[in-house]
Amino acid sequence: MTQELAQAMLNGSRRALAQLLTAVENEREGVDQALAALFPHTGRAWVIGITGAPGTGKSTLVNALAKAYRAQDKTVGIIAVDPTSPFTGGAILGDRIRMRDLSGDPGIFIRSMATRGSLGGLARATRDAVRVLDAGGYDIILVETVGAGQNEVAIVRTAHTTVVVEAPGLGDEVQAIKAGILEIADVLVVNKADRPGVTNTVRALRTMLELGHPTARRLISHHGQRLEVPATNGHDAPLWLPPIVQTVASENKGIDELAAAVDQHRRHLEAAESLDSMERQHIEIELEDRLRESLLRRLLERLPADSVQAVIERVQARTLDPQGAVDELIAQAEDGI
Amino acid sequence: MGAIRVLIAKPGLDGHDRGAKVIARALRDAGMEVIYTGLRQTPEMIAEAALQEDVDVVGLSILSGAHMALVPRIREVMNEHGLKDVFLIVGGIIPDEDKAKLSALGVQGIFGPGANTEDIATFIRELMEAQGT
Repeated sequence: MTQELAQAMLNGSRRALAQLLTAVENEREGVDQALAALFPHTGRAWVIGITGAPGTGKSTLVNALAKAYRAQDKTVGIIAVDPTSPFTGGAILGDRIRMRDLSGDPGIFIRSMATRGSLGGLARATRDAVRVLDAGGYDIILVETVGAGQNEVAIVRTAHTTVVVEAPGLGDEVQAIKAGILEIADVLVVNKADRPGVTNTVRALRTMLELGHPTARRLISHHGQRLEVPATNGHDAPLWLPPIVQTVASENKGIDELAAAVDQHRRHLEAAESLDSMERQHIEIELEDRLRESLLRRLLERLPADSVQAVIERVQARTLDPQGAVDELIAQAEDGI
Repeated sequence: MGAIRVLIAKPGLDGHDRGAKVIARALRDAGMEVIYTGLRQTPEMIAEAALQEDVDVVGLSILSGAHMALVPRIREVMNEHGLKDVFLIVGGIIPDEDKAKLSALGVQGIFGPGANTEDIATFIRELMEAQGT
């Protein structure tokens, strides 16, 4: 069934694409084989992550950016992630409200995804969902993360270009210096740039960038001379200094500049042969994730049903420590069969 | 296996969407994933969103009285998109004489202004269970 969906999607069925995304989200039986069949068709799309604090205008920006790419005749797949309620398991996925302009365009496919308990700003299935859209032939895939704080950085493991969106008045300069989300930016956007305080925000971000990239290309005044220091990142590849783009997404302002900045980043990666090493890194992290999940699943399958409960009780009674419990479970699974 | 996915849409020209938001919130609290699309959706927009989001149920909120124009059209476009098996429920002020007509057109549930939100969630869950067997 899932295999047939994969074939139908490759033949251009949007309904099959949507159902395949559901199969991926629900880990439906047969989805691994379907993904394996699709894998040779992937690797063509450019994946752009859009992240940033809630209220910075990510959805509106995705809407505007998608239109800009459509104007370049590129097809666009969009995955918009919103949080699942930790209490009920339900979710309200509202990103489409800001993307109504994209309706009716067959070159666009929008899918909302709930995090379903996953941390890091993406859903567990996001990576595979991106792959499905990639195999579906979309040239550009925009992944909008949940409204992210300072640590929702999982997007860098999926995206080629990560766009971090800020808005004036959200954080002071101290926020900008903090590690985390700003450090993952390949392109920084100050959206809502028609609001007061935009100059301060841009200045704060620039300060952060200069601090975060001490090896960056900079001009040093030396006896009145200006010297250019070529920057390196350790592999003799030229360093990428994230540009800061000002936008007013709701009025389509600065959007072409943003698309140009993303394009420039892409050409930078391709020219510096950084793309290969980035992809290798992505694969390495993904394999590690999958290995961990598969091993855990197999281990749990081999354990008698009540053994986990039994050690939980002993840990709670303080007669066994947590790591001791883990060692015991592993030992049990090993002699189990 | 996965969460029940519901599209809540407001077709037509109604000026506010408070009721739709209340329903969206209630269904979320019932553990469903609710895709909310906002005001003034055309039948084509609704069917397209239902297709892309692969929802199990489409819930329409209509207060304007235009339900006899909008709902049959939405069902028609959904069917054209291959979404015959996606349930359609309608909330709003629907006179009794229209209810039978809508049911005959392939509307599985109709809820009036006084409807209890928990009943709606239960209704959806029962629809899903009946389909699953």
